[in-house]
Amino acid sequence: MNAIVISALLGVLMMLSGLFFKRSAAIQWTAIAGSAILLIGSILELIPAGQNKMFYGMLELHHVSSWFNVLMSACVMLYILLFHRSIAKVGRNDAEYFALIFFVMCGIYLMSMYSNLLILFLGIEIMSIPQYIMAGSDKENIKSNESALKYFLMGSFSTGILLMGITLIYGATGSFDLLSPKFTAVFQSGADPSSLAMIGVLLLIVAFGFKTSSSPFHFWTPDVYDGSPTAFTPFMASIVKVGVFMAFIRLFHLSFIQMASHWQLMMALMIALTLLIGNITAVYQQSVKRMLAYSSIAQAGFMLFAVFSTNQTAWDGMMLYSVAYTLSTLGIFAVLIKMKDYTYDGFKGLGKKEPVLAATATICLLSLAGIPLTGGFFAKYFVLNAAMEQGLWIALIIFAVLMAAVSAYYYFKVIMSMYFYEGDAELTEESNAVEKTLMIMNAVLVILLGVMPGLILNH
Amino acid sequence: MLILLLILFPLLGGILIWLLSDKLASIAALFVSIVVMVLSLVVYNQYHHGLHEELIYQQPWISQLGATFSIEISNGLPLLMVMLTGFVFPLIIGAWYNKPIEKASRFYGLMFMAQAGLMGVFLAKDALLFYVFWEVALIPVYFLSSMYGGARRIPVTFKFFVYTFLGSLLMLVAFLYIYQQTPIHSFSWDSLVSTGKSISPANQQWLFWMLFIAFAIKMPVFPFHTWQPDAYEQSATPVTIVLSAIMVKMGLFAVVRWLLPVLPDGVKYWMDVVMWLSVAGIVYASCMAMVQTNIKRLIAYSSIAHIGLMAACLFAPNADYLSVQGAAVQMFNHGINIAGMSIIVGILEHRLGTQQLDEMGGIAKIAPYFTVGLVLISLANIALPLTNGFIGEFMMFNGLFNADSKYRVWLTVLAGLGVILSAVYTLTMVQKVAYGPLKTTSMGFTDLELNEKIVVILILLVILILGFYPKYLLELVNI
Repeated sequence: MNAIVISALLGVLMMLSGLFFKRSAAIQWTAIAGSAILLIGSILELIPAGQNKMFYGMLELHHVSSWFNVLMSACVMLYILLFHRSIAKVGRNDAEYFALIFFVMCGIYLMSMYSNLLILFLGIEIMSIPQYIMAGSDKENIKSNESALKYFLMGSFSTGILLMGITLIYGATGSFDLLSPKFTAVFQSGADPSSLAMIGVLLLIVAFGFKTSSSPFHFWTPDVYDGSPTAFTPFMASIVKVGVFMAFIRLFHLSFIQMASHWQLMMALMIALTLLIGNITAVYQQSVKRMLAYSSIAQAGFMLFAVFSTNQTAWDGMMLYSVAYTLSTLGIFAVLIKMKDYTYDGFKGLGKKEPVLAATATICLLSLAGIPLTGGFFAKYFVLNAAMEQGLWIALIIFAVLMAAVSAYYYFKVIMSMYFYEGDAELTEESNAVEKTLMIMNAVLVILLGVMPGLILNH
Repeated sequence: MLILLLILFPLLGGILIWLLSDKLASIAALFVSIVVMVLSLVVYNQYHHGLHEELIYQQPWISQLGATFSIEISNGLPLLMVMLTGFVFPLIIGAWYNKPIEKASRFYGLMFMAQAGLMGVFLAKDALLFYVFWEVALIPVYFLSSMYGGARRIPVTFKFFVYTFLGSLLMLVAFLYIYQQTPIHSFSWDSLVSTGKSISPANQQWLFWMLFIAFAIKMPVFPFHTWQPDAYEQSATPVTIVLSAIMVKMGLFAVVRWLLPVLPDGVKYWMDVVMWLSVAGIVYASCMAMVQTNIKRLIAYSSIAHIGLMAACLFAPNADYLSVQGAAVQMFNHGINIAGMSIIVGILEHRLGTQQLDEMGGIAKIAPYFTVGLVLISLANIALPLTNGFIGEFMMFNGLFNADSKYRVWLTVLAGLGVILSAVYTLTMVQKVAYGPLKTTSMGFTDLELNEKIVVILILLVILILGFYPKYLLELVNI
C-alpha cells in the first residue's frame, strides 16, 4: 500500500513542484529524492512470506510482489538518477515528465498486487495513459508525435480487448475477484471452463500480447520505441514492460493455471513468432535505437517462456529476467542517449574515446545477448530451465537458443563498432563523473547478478 | 585450495596487468605466466605423490539450482591440459618479449583472462560451471582476435564467435535436459553421469548431437571447421597459438569428460558417423594443406588433420581404451608442437612481414639456429619416432585398428594416409622456407634472438625428452 500511495502522491507533488521551483535542477533533485522515498516505502512493506490483503480484498500483496515492487522502485530510482538531465531536456515541462513517471509506477504497483480484474484494468490504464503523453512529449519532432498517436490508438484498442475479456469472464463467473469462490469454482475446479470464459481468457492473452509487444501484436513497438524521446524509451522498454509481464504471469499462474493446457499451445506459437520476428528484423536495422526496439520484442519472447511454464522456476526466472533485462536496457540507453549519431557507424571509436561508456555498453549488451557471468545469462537460463521442467517443448527451447545466437549477431555489431573500427564517436554532451560512476555501478550490478543470481532469488 | 589458484592467479594477474603501463606489461606478463607454470608443476607434483585432497575445491554457488563451484583434478587428462595451458603461455610471452605489441597491457590482460577461463574449463566438475567457463574463455579471445591481426580479422573472428556461441547454446540445452532428469536436481559430474546412462537411447541420440556439435565446432571436426583456417590466418600469432594449442583441445577434452561417460548409448549409436566425419576431415584437410600458399593457413589445415585423428580415436572404443589414452597423450604433445610451429611462423612473419610461402626461401643459409628449430619441430609435427608426437600417434593407430567397428580397417588406412600427407606438406613447407636459393624477399632475415632461442630450446627439450622417455606422460593417462 505504501508504494501505491507514495507513488501517486509523488506524481501530484512533482506536478506542483513545477510551480514552486523555477530551476530545473531543483525539480530534478525533488524527483530523485522522491524516488528514494518510494524505494524506502516499498522496502518497509516487504514481507518475507505469505500475503497481505488490502483495500477490502481488492489488492493482495504477495511476498513475491512485495519483493518485485522493491526491485522496480530501485530500478526506477536508477533510471531517474541516470536520465534526469536528459528527461528535463526533452521539452519545457520538466516537472510533468517526472510526475508522469511516478504515475506509471503507481500503475505498475497496482498490476503487481491486484487480486481483482477491475484493479488489473485500472493498473494497466494508469500505466498506459501517462506513457502516451511521454511518447509524444517531444512536441516539435514529427516522429515523436507519430509514436504518441500510434501508441494511443493501439493501446486503447488493446485496452478495449482487455475490457471485453474481463467482461466475458465476469459473465462466466459472476465475479471480478480472482479469489472469490465463484471465480475459483469456474477456473480452478479442474473441469473445463465454459467457452465464454475461455474466450475471455483468449482475449486477455491478446491484450497482454499487445502490452508486452509479443508477436503478432507487436507492430506498434518499433515505431513507438524509436520515435519516443530517447530519455523515455528505456523506461517504456524495461520497467513498464516488465511490470506488464508481472501482471501477466500473476493472472495466468495464480488463476488460470488449471486450464494451462488450453492456452499453452497458443502461447508457444506466440513465443516462436515473437522470437523469430524480433530477432530476424533486428538484424536488418541500421539504427541502434531501432535495433534495441526490435531486440526488446525478442526479449519479450524469452520472458513469455516464464508465463508459459507453470512452475516455481518460472517465477524465479521472471524476477531475474525483470531485473537483469531492466538493468541492461537502462545501461545501454544511458550510453545511447549520449551519442549524436544513433547508427552503428556513430558508435565507431567509442572504445578509445570514452572507455567507461563503451565498457558499460559492452557489459549490458553481453547481458542482453545472454553471455555467462552477466545477469542476462541466468535470466535466460532460468526461463529456459522452467520450460524444460515442463517437458515436451524441447523443440521450442532449441528454437529459442538458435534465436539467441542470432541476437548475439546484432548486439555484437555494436561492440564491434565501439572497439574494432576506427572513428570518432561524436557525443552530444560529456557525461560527468557522477553519471560515469552510476554507469559503472550499473555494469557491476549486471555482473554481480551473473555471478550470484541467488541475491534476487532468495526472497 | 591450490587448484583454485590456477584460475584466480591468472585472472587477478590479468586485471593487474591491464592497469599497468605498456612498458611494464611484458615483464609482468612473463612473471605471471611463469608463476602459473610453476603452479601447474606443483599440481603435477601433488598428483604424482597421490595428494588428492589438495586437488579438490568445492564451494556452494547457486543452491537453488544445485550448482556448486566445484573444481577438481580427478585424473590425468585434466592435469595434462592444465600443464599444457601452464606451459604454452610463458612460451608465447617469452617469444614475443622482443616484439612490439600495441597496447601491450590490454593485450596481456586479455590473454590472462583467457588463460583463467581455459583453466576453469579443464578443472570444472559441475556442468553449469563448465558452461560458464567455456564461454568465459571465449570472450577475451574474441576481443583479442578482433583487435590484433590481419585486415579481415573482424568479420572472421565474428564468424568464429557466432559459430561457437551457437554450439555452446545447444550444449546448454542438452545439459538442461539431463539436469531435469537428475533425481536431486544437481549439475555435478557424478549425477550427470549416473543419470545420463538411464536416459532412453532414443533421447540420447538427439542429445548426443546437441553436445557433439558444440564440441565439434570447437575442435573443429569436418564439416564444422570452416571458421578455423580464416581465424588462424587473421588472428595475431600469439592469439593463434592460444586458439590452436589450447582452445581446440577444449572440444576434445569436453568429449572425454562430458560426452563419452554421460551419453554412452548415444555415443555407441553415432560413433561410426563421427569417426567417418573425422577421417574425412583428415583426408580433406591434408589435401587442402598441400595446396596452401599461406603458411598460417597451411598450419591451420594441418591442425584440422591432426585433431581429426584425435577425434576419431576418442570415438573408437575398445577394451583397453588405448585409442583414448593415445589421444590424450597427443592432445598434450600436439599442443606443444603446434605452439612451437606457430612461434616459428610468428618469427618468420614478424621479420619478413609476410605469410606467403613463395616469398620465403633459403633462410637456412643465413639463420642456422632458426632452421634447426624449424626442422625439429616439423619432424615432431609429422610424428617421427623419437619425437614426442610418435608415441601418441602410435597408440592412436593401434587403438583405431583394434576398434570395435566394422569399418576399422578402412578408417585406419584413410587416417594413415593423413600421416603420409602430413609428411608431404610439412616437409615441402620446410623446404620452401629454409632451403633453395635465398630469395630477395628473405634477405633481411636475422637469426633467433636470445629470448627466442630460449623458447625454441625449451620446446625442443620437451619434444625430445618426451620422445625418448614418454613414461611420465603414459603414467598420467593410464586410466
